[in-house]
Amino acid sequence: MRTALKLVNNNEPNPAIELAKHHRQLIARVGSSQDRAAFQALFEHFAPRIKAMMLKGGMGVMQAEDLMQDVMMTVWRKSSQFSPDRGTVSAWIFTIARNARIDLMRKASSRPYDDVYEMEIAADDKSSDDEVLQSQREECISAALQDLPKDQREVIQLAFVADLSQSEIAKKLSLPIGTVKSRMRLAYGKLKGKLEAVR
Amino acid sequence: MKLTHHLDDATLVRYAAGDLDEAFAVIVSSHLAMCEQCRKASHDAEELGGQMLEAAEETAVNEDAFAKLMAAIDEQNQANVDGVDAQNVHQFPKKRAAISGDVPMPLQRFLGSQIADIEWKKVAPGISKHDIDLGKDVPSSLYLLNIAEGQAVPEHGHGGMEMTLILSGAYTDRFGRFGPGDIADLDEHVEHQPIVEAGAPCICLVATEKPTKFKGLVERILQPIIGI
Ligand SMILES: [Zn+2]
Repeated sequence: MRTALKLVNNNEPNPAIELAKHHRQLIARVGSSQDRAAFQALFEHFAPRIKAMMLKGGMGVMQAEDLMQDVMMTVWRKSSQFSPDRGTVSAWIFTIARNARIDLMRKASSRPYDDVYEMEIAADDKSSDDEVLQSQREECISAALQDLPKDQREVIQLAFVADLSQSEIAKKLSLPIGTVKSRMRLAYGKLKGKLEAVR
Repeated sequence: MKLTHHLDDATLVRYAAGDLDEAFAVIVSSHLAMCEQCRKASHDAEELGGQMLEAAEETAVNEDAFAKLMAAIDEQNQANVDGVDAQNVHQFPKKRAAISGDVPMPLQRFLGSQIADIEWKKVAPGISKHDIDLGKDVPSSLYLLNIAEGQAVPEHGHGGMEMTLILSGAYTDRFGRFGPGDIADLDEHVEHQPIVEAGAPCICLVATEKPTKFKGLVERILQPIIGI
């Protein structure tokens, strides 16, 4: 069995980790100097994925394209607030897409998420620049996901991408809600365990 | 703040995925505002979303999508009087005064910043309530309870998901002591009987799924009292 520590010490280049690091460098360039070439590289990677996420969540093609535009606009505007201490660029962009979708689709408000986010930004005097730690975290995250059993991955995919509620997932997979919940806990627990080992 | 009772992992995942309605999103974010541990954990849960985004199949965007976006950014920049780039003029104040006060920030837009300013409506001896109106589209209820010191809340089970976040004071039940910042993120089938500690009233925020099905005798007796 591989341990988190062994994974961290593994010297083989891993494309997922290289990509995460690359994105971190790109967003830093956008944030510090409005670097449009860096932003275009991020756009080319993330825009088609955001659009796919919106389509999977049940939006029409035009709406998905428009919301993708809004999300990437927010990425540009908030790029200087990105802090690698809080997570990867992918996770950060996911939260922007999630919030945009909540505001549009659920007739709800993403305000509670923004409140916590603003609080964190106000509290962060300076974010640490621990490259090694950030790379280790990126490695843990990609490892945890690669090892994720298919049934857990399915539940996570339906919740995060297809925007299904817990009870909709239960219905779709003909599972009791308790099973959906426990798969969520297991998928998250694995990731959390690995991340806590490097924190 | 040293806290004892935190969010369930499944709740963190649902919050990260955007699956909670506003009542539960507000109570969860209020706990996050008071709890660094769960704040970090919520970001870990968001990594699941990041990885799913990475793994998502790609759908081609319109050919002119990037050019269109940059044109919109340029237009916004020109509209700014000083020509400063839009990304530097976002509406976030650098330091937020609203962190002052004893009401957690996600609740301040409903309650103001001071617990002492909340208006209460007496619903039973020793129990007052303050309803938070989230609009009728929100399927769950959000309210505050102000329970007198030493008061026992009648034993009750839950008709659905329920969370309780302590803002001030403390209570004890079979799960232990719940003080300021602690959240009871209970399974719907759990029964408990909180007793408020001596010394001060317990003020807590409660989010609960609106009752949709026929409930047990105890809940039907309790329901008119605290309105759950
Ligand atoms: Zn916590």
